[in-house]
Amino acid sequence: MENLMSLTATELGKKIKAGEVSVREAAEASLKAIEEREEKIRSFVTVADREAVLKRAGQVQKLLEDGSLTSPLAGVPVAIKDNMCTRGLRTTCSSRILENFVPPYTAEAVANLERAGAVIIGKANMDEFAMGSTTETSYFGVTKNPWNLEHVPGGSSGGSCAAVAAEECSYALGSDTGGSIRQPSSFCGVTGIKPTYGTVSRYGLIAYGSSLDQIGPVAKDVTDCAAILEVIASHDRKDSTSVAREDYRFTEALVDDVKGMKIGIPRDYFGEGLDPEVKAAVLKAAAVLEEKGAILEEFDLSLVEYAIPAYYVIASAEASSNLARFDGVKYGYRAEDAEGLHQMYKKTRSEGFGQEVKRRIMLGSFVLSSGYYDAYYLKALRTKALIKQAFDRAFEKYDLILGPAAPTTAPRLGESLKDPIKMYLGDIYTISVNLAGLPGISVPCGQDGKGLPIGFQLIGDCFQEKKLFRAAYAYEQTRKYERCPLAQKGALGDE
Amino acid sequence: MAKNVITDEVIEYVGILAKLELSDEEKERAKEDMANMLDYIDMLGELDTSQVEPMSHVFPVSNVFREDTVENGDDREAMLANAPEQKDGCYKVPRTFD
Amino acid sequence: MSKQYETVIGLEVHVELATKTKIFCSCSTQFGGEPNTHTCPVCTGMPGSLPVLNKQVVEYAAAVGLATGCTITQYCKFDRKNYFYPDNPQNYQISQLYLPICRDGGIEIETENGKKTVGIHEIHMEEDAGKLIHDEWDDSSLVDYNRSGVPLIEIVSEPDMRSAEEVIAYLEKLRLIIQYLGASDCKLQEGSMRADVNLSVREVGAEAFGTRTEMKNLNSFRAIARAIEGEKNRQIDILEAGGQVVQETRRWDDNKECSYAMRSKEDAQDYRYFPEPDLVPVIISDQWLEEIRSRQPEFRDEKRARYKEEYGIPQYDIDIITSEKKLADLFEETIALGCRPKEVSNWLMVETMRLLKEQDMDAADIRFSPAHLAALIGLVEQGKINRTVAKEVFEVMFEQDVDPVSYVEEKGLSMVQDEGALRSTIEEIVKNNPQSVEDYRSGKKKAMGFLVGQTMKAMKGKADPALVNKILLEILG
Repeated sequence: MENLMSLTATELGKKIKAGEVSVREAAEASLKAIEEREEKIRSFVTVADREAVLKRAGQVQKLLEDGSLTSPLAGVPVAIKDNMCTRGLRTTCSSRILENFVPPYTAEAVANLERAGAVIIGKANMDEFAMGSTTETSYFGVTKNPWNLEHVPGGSSGGSCAAVAAEECSYALGSDTGGSIRQPSSFCGVTGIKPTYGTVSRYGLIAYGSSLDQIGPVAKDVTDCAAILEVIASHDRKDSTSVAREDYRFTEALVDDVKGMKIGIPRDYFGEGLDPEVKAAVLKAAAVLEEKGAILEEFDLSLVEYAIPAYYVIASAEASSNLARFDGVKYGYRAEDAEGLHQMYKKTRSEGFGQEVKRRIMLGSFVLSSGYYDAYYLKALRTKALIKQAFDRAFEKYDLILGPAAPTTAPRLGESLKDPIKMYLGDIYTISVNLAGLPGISVPCGQDGKGLPIGFQLIGDCFQEKKLFRAAYAYEQTRKYERCPLAQKGALGDE
Repeated sequence: MAKNVITDEVIEYVGILAKLELSDEEKERAKEDMANMLDYIDMLGELDTSQVEPMSHVFPVSNVFREDTVENGDDREAMLANAPEQKDGCYKVPRTFD
Repeated sequence: MSKQYETVIGLEVHVELATKTKIFCSCSTQFGGEPNTHTCPVCTGMPGSLPVLNKQVVEYAAAVGLATGCTITQYCKFDRKNYFYPDNPQNYQISQLYLPICRDGGIEIETENGKKTVGIHEIHMEEDAGKLIHDEWDDSSLVDYNRSGVPLIEIVSEPDMRSAEEVIAYLEKLRLIIQYLGASDCKLQEGSMRADVNLSVREVGAEAFGTRTEMKNLNSFRAIARAIEGEKNRQIDILEAGGQVVQETRRWDDNKECSYAMRSKEDAQDYRYFPEPDLVPVIISDQWLEEIRSRQPEFRDEKRARYKEEYGIPQYDIDIITSEKKLADLFEETIALGCRPKEVSNWLMVETMRLLKEQDMDAADIRFSPAHLAALIGLVEQGKINRTVAKEVFEVMFEQDVDPVSYVEEKGLSMVQDEGALRSTIEEIVKNNPQSVEDYRSGKKKAMGFLVGQTMKAMKGKADPALVNKILLEILG
């Protein structure tokens, strides 16, 4: 039988709709792949209960047959990053402090998927509370890069990207606060998009940096990403920062035509610190678009290096407040044998949070504390305004900006956490996009000498996802999706 | 050597604000980490930001309201289901003094 | 005391707004439900939940601002105030620091020393905390989030008050304004109006303020007056002994009549305010502001003038009736049903005030409707019942808001109109009380009263006293 997990989500969805494949068969293929590969990859914190998955598959099948489900994703198995609440299904943020948290409600983005007939297969591993770039800070163990098990998958949506690359599910949802979808997508050879801030509801997304967080799709190709975004994006009254967009028909943009499109190449994205192999691959991708009729121009974006410190001030400050609610009172872990209330708070939080989370909570508390607010927090918000202005100027001239998604390919396991600032520098090309609220997509464009994937990033102006999809789709037509060796070799593989 | 110096008092104070209790070893590391991060963040001082307003929201979205209508019913059981300790329909915590 | 001191007082008044739902979620604000039955992911601080602002809160806050002479901040925002406490489920409170909705107002108060204006520094919107119940049995506390997220406005005065009398006059005035707006019922006892007192002392004539303390937990006017007296004396004693007042928050214990410092070393009082990223700015356009302004009701001072002009009732009655919005509403609505103002005023001034006092009730909790009061007045005027019966019916109406017409009918309370039956009862009484008849005839007019009383008793109160008098006079000649 055909390996259903090697198909893209929309391909599988088509077969399901045509009755060639049952929803149950699709779910079972996903569960089987997980059973086979999870030991090596560890993409999931929680795999949904088999019986529950099959029951859901049966329901979706019925709804498909009576015509009440029409979405191209109906019946297709999906992994959800473990920072999105799923009613009745444990949601941990990969943290000890939420080890046993079973939400009483479902995140709006996930609810949108469910309404479209998605079958949730499990909750994907991540850096604890999305703080990290490697998925090594998870309390539930490290996720490996399916392309090379000695390397990290990137982060923080490492579990989502690894699960898609390893073909454990058809697609996944990730979240991106400073590059957490785009960087691991690039490391795992999959496609991931961070939409414009406000496009996908944050209701039910466990907040890290509220002004920066955005949910987005991770998939095998651009077509899937557009189709998934079309389903999850909505104007949600439960999220005050949700934006009512005029146009949600992203799949209309899947046209192989970039003639006349103006693409800016920021010189500051190709300087020191960029791996030469990555640079070459990204510039080659740019050349492909040029060949197809896009107009390329180099320019100076400016302020690139200031985005990282501004980001760490803003994200840490918001995180210090957002994570205050984890205190052992209402849900989650509570330390035993604490003397009195304040000791209970301190013990619970000190035992419940990992190193990186504590580091950022402390930094965030400090920059907001009396006497430092203006110097750090307000300064960072002013810097954010300058960065937004720099992008505004760029988008007066260009339809899109093209650059790398990350300065290197996936580092080896255990290398990154030793030097936090070096790790933070890995987000240099993605972070400013979150500060300015812009959409950005990471698209695979080759491999380095070690066979590790490289992705390039396209950045659009606010609400210009369609331009991103069009250019990414046009590029993708020149190149076949490359499956990771592990997915090809497995018992479910094509051999 | 970091230019910023984080003293024991500062780490102690931040621990009170953030409700975190660090071991001596963790404290030393936290002092160093924070000093390094602050050195790095001090880079922002190079920018002239005197002409820009602090930007907290990127988009000019405003006036998002709810109407004043009761929509939620009694969902106590679901809300309390995750409580580490509960009693008489309440969340139970170590005694507070006030 | 060798030196003369002056007390300087500013107030932070928290008022729970009378919205149906909480400030950031659609849970009910109804008072007194079972613990945690009015809660949802938002007001219990569930991970991933997000606040959405209740529009009515903005309208009430702006209306209070307009009524207190404030400038409305037409671009206002929310901020987070960070501190850990179990009654605060997110461990931050959504409040306003940088751009509060109202600023720079003031209200005029009147005390024995005359009139003065107390400035209002600002009014901001925020969410209330949950309730902690202390469990003595196992040394723990229980948290109920039913009040968590109930909308509050905090009205911060300038340090313009100098005595407890001024403070109470200010609070009374605020309470009336807010009640008239319908923005809150402002009950101190139930906590829908709470005042924190900032107090310092300084030598008379000094320009600089002394160091101030903040006192919390004041839930009656009496407690406020006593706390002010107590704290003033405590500070003066410290200064007289050569000491210095420490800036701190103190909790007033009204039973022990003393306050104590609330600060602990775990409580840094560093709230790390920053703009709330989950909410967007509130822009109050000129047009919206005009709409709010046009809906402002007639306030007390305007009512007092109008009542005098229109209804011609005594100033004393006017002052009492307008002292509670509920009374003024009842008054006007009952008159609108065709009753004479003086008659309505009498029922409110005498019977209503007596029952309120006896039952220790707020006027806001009056249950009887204007329609029923009007019906009762009608029964008396039509001679269907006498005043004694009417008072009895009123008491029942006060308790249960019964319809007096059907109640009187049901209980057979209408006056006996059959003169023949009444006459034979009176003849019987005259026959059975020869001594009284003799007394009357020998000039002791008081004996008449006794005979009337006996008749009313025999008639179970249902006789028209005027008619009884007339028949008795006829019989006794």
